[in-house]
Amino acid sequence: MLFGLVAAAKGPGYGTGTLMRMGPGFMPTALGVILVLLGMVIAGTALAKPPGEDERILPDHPQWLGWFCILAGPVLFIILGNYTGLLPATFACVFVCALGDRGATVKNAALLAAGISVFGVLLFSYVLQISMPVLMWRGL
Amino acid sequence: MILTALTDLWYGFGVALEPHNLMWCFVGVLVGNMVGVLPGMGPLATISILLPLTFAMKPVGAILMLAGVMYGAQYGGAICSILLNLPCHPPHAVTCLDGFPLTKQGKGGTALAVTVLASFFGASWGITEMVFLSPVLVRVAMQFGAAEICSLMLLGLLAGSTLARGSPIKGVAMTVFGLLLGIIGTDVNSGAMRFTFGMMQLDDGIELIALALGLFGIAEFMNSVNQIAAGETQYSKVRLRDMRPSKADLKRSFFPMLRGTIIGSLCALIPGTGPTIASFVSYAAEKKISKTPERFGTGMIEGVACPEASTHSSVQGDFIPTMSLGIPGDAVMALLLGALMIQGIVPGPQLISEHPDIFWGLVASFWIGNILLVLLNVPLIGVWVKLLTIPYRYLYPSAMFFVCIGVYAANNDMFQVGETVVIGILGYVLLRLGFHPAPILLGFVLGPRFEENFRRALLLSRGDLATFVERPISAVFIALCVLLLAAQLYAWLRAIWRKSGRGKLTPDPTADQSVAAAEPLRLGD
Repeated sequence: MLFGLVAAAKGPGYGTGTLMRMGPGFMPTALGVILVLLGMVIAGTALAKPPGEDERILPDHPQWLGWFCILAGPVLFIILGNYTGLLPATFACVFVCALGDRGATVKNAALLAAGISVFGVLLFSYVLQISMPVLMWRGL
Repeated sequence: MILTALTDLWYGFGVALEPHNLMWCFVGVLVGNMVGVLPGMGPLATISILLPLTFAMKPVGAILMLAGVMYGAQYGGAICSILLNLPCHPPHAVTCLDGFPLTKQGKGGTALAVTVLASFFGASWGITEMVFLSPVLVRVAMQFGAAEICSLMLLGLLAGSTLARGSPIKGVAMTVFGLLLGIIGTDVNSGAMRFTFGMMQLDDGIELIALALGLFGIAEFMNSVNQIAAGETQYSKVRLRDMRPSKADLKRSFFPMLRGTIIGSLCALIPGTGPTIASFVSYAAEKKISKTPERFGTGMIEGVACPEASTHSSVQGDFIPTMSLGIPGDAVMALLLGALMIQGIVPGPQLISEHPDIFWGLVASFWIGNILLVLLNVPLIGVWVKLLTIPYRYLYPSAMFFVCIGVYAANNDMFQVGETVVIGILGYVLLRLGFHPAPILLGFVLGPRFEENFRRALLLSRGDLATFVERPISAVFIALCVLLLAAQLYAWLRAIWRKSGRGKLTPDPTADQSVAAAEPLRLGD
């Protein structure tokens, strides 16, 4: 059941492969075919057994907040890193990630974020000379 | 022959003992030991995070440090599993079985001491094996043409994907997926853009770091957020004084150590069977040999010594195919090879002759690193135990920052941070579906070289596929591949046959640990 979806998702790989010119397209096509075949086998085994067994994609306790925060962290890092520099980006990234934990409080997260920011800026800006300004404003 | 190996080794010690190399080696094992102890951080994530930092370093120092992280984490993981009953890293899952009962009996210190000894013993053997076997392998491998390399890679990929944990067919699917990911970007032979979907940033392909951090950083954090409880530290007050094992304990654990070491080094020679399988097989074997098999699981010192020795000897042994043939056995090795490639070093049989400083320096650093680890672990055990109490909620946000900045710093490109996020989501979904992400990395690292050699072989044979079967060495590898597939198919059919009444073919992804526990045990029985 589930794995049929996976096979379907991989399907485009097959399509793009065959549309390519023969030279560079050979490998992708071959791999695409193999993958589709494997996908079919996996889907087959999933279909073959009685439904309702392994259908849980979600774990027992979905951690929507945790997942969201973990993903939001790097996204904020990208945005803030592009427009305001390393320091705010770091702070936002760590702060938001830390909020994802059930036991976290705003104060704890802020403290951690501040600590990591200072450490990170010292390490990456001054020791490793990363090419990203610490603080800037490049209007939107 | 032996003499040359020894002179080369001497030279290697010279390289590894240069102050800056020694320092990086120390940093590596220290960090490795630390993350090994911390629940929820694996060597894969750590090596990927440290990878961008190594760009500015010399290749020797870089590889010494990254390798140090890897075997350092093995030491640290043992502490965690013995004192807390938390198998942070799969190879140590069996160590828990007997290690934790020992801790409960107040003999945790003894167990740790035996672990350190067994690890050192196993590792030394693995290193010796590497010193003498690698040159021999290289001499053979020098005769290989494109067809042989290609079929050898095929064997490596198949073995790596089918013998690892979880369902073999999913492993193969993931390897193929990794190969496809490796294709993204500019085609080396014709310059055509493949799978870039019109995005300029993808012209150079997916960055190894972005892939590794997405799969083993973000996906792992998503998997374990709010899932990891702080460890139970009630039993883990270990002082240096407790660590002195009694003579009887030493005597009891000597032969298991020896047996574990041998099993581990055998497992290392088969590509794809890494330390996890080695430790399970050796535990099963030890249980079989023992006069009192029923007492295993209640705190037998043998049950700690044997798997630990085999884990370490196979960890070091895994480096043999990686360094001498350029074929990594598992994801960690693939990452290390990737690190070498980023430094502009082409892995393969010519590595030892072209970069003797890297190879022999690495070998020598294993010994130095292992001695450092013994020195670090014995007196500082209290510090490591303290580390166990760091809550995960402080750990992963900090790690996320290192992920972001690491990916960014690799190319000064924010796009790749986005790439990492996308790969992370994908990796998590795959993980939930029971696909293990490690083979993706294996396929990704080997992919471009596989394609190149495949095409070259076909070019030389004027497009005749029979070249792979006609050349004798290549034919042997292909035959092994077929054999491997047939064995897997047979095992699979037999499993269906046996379990037809009970169902449950695909292992539940949440039960990853127990799956890993069940599979190799069946192998060993």
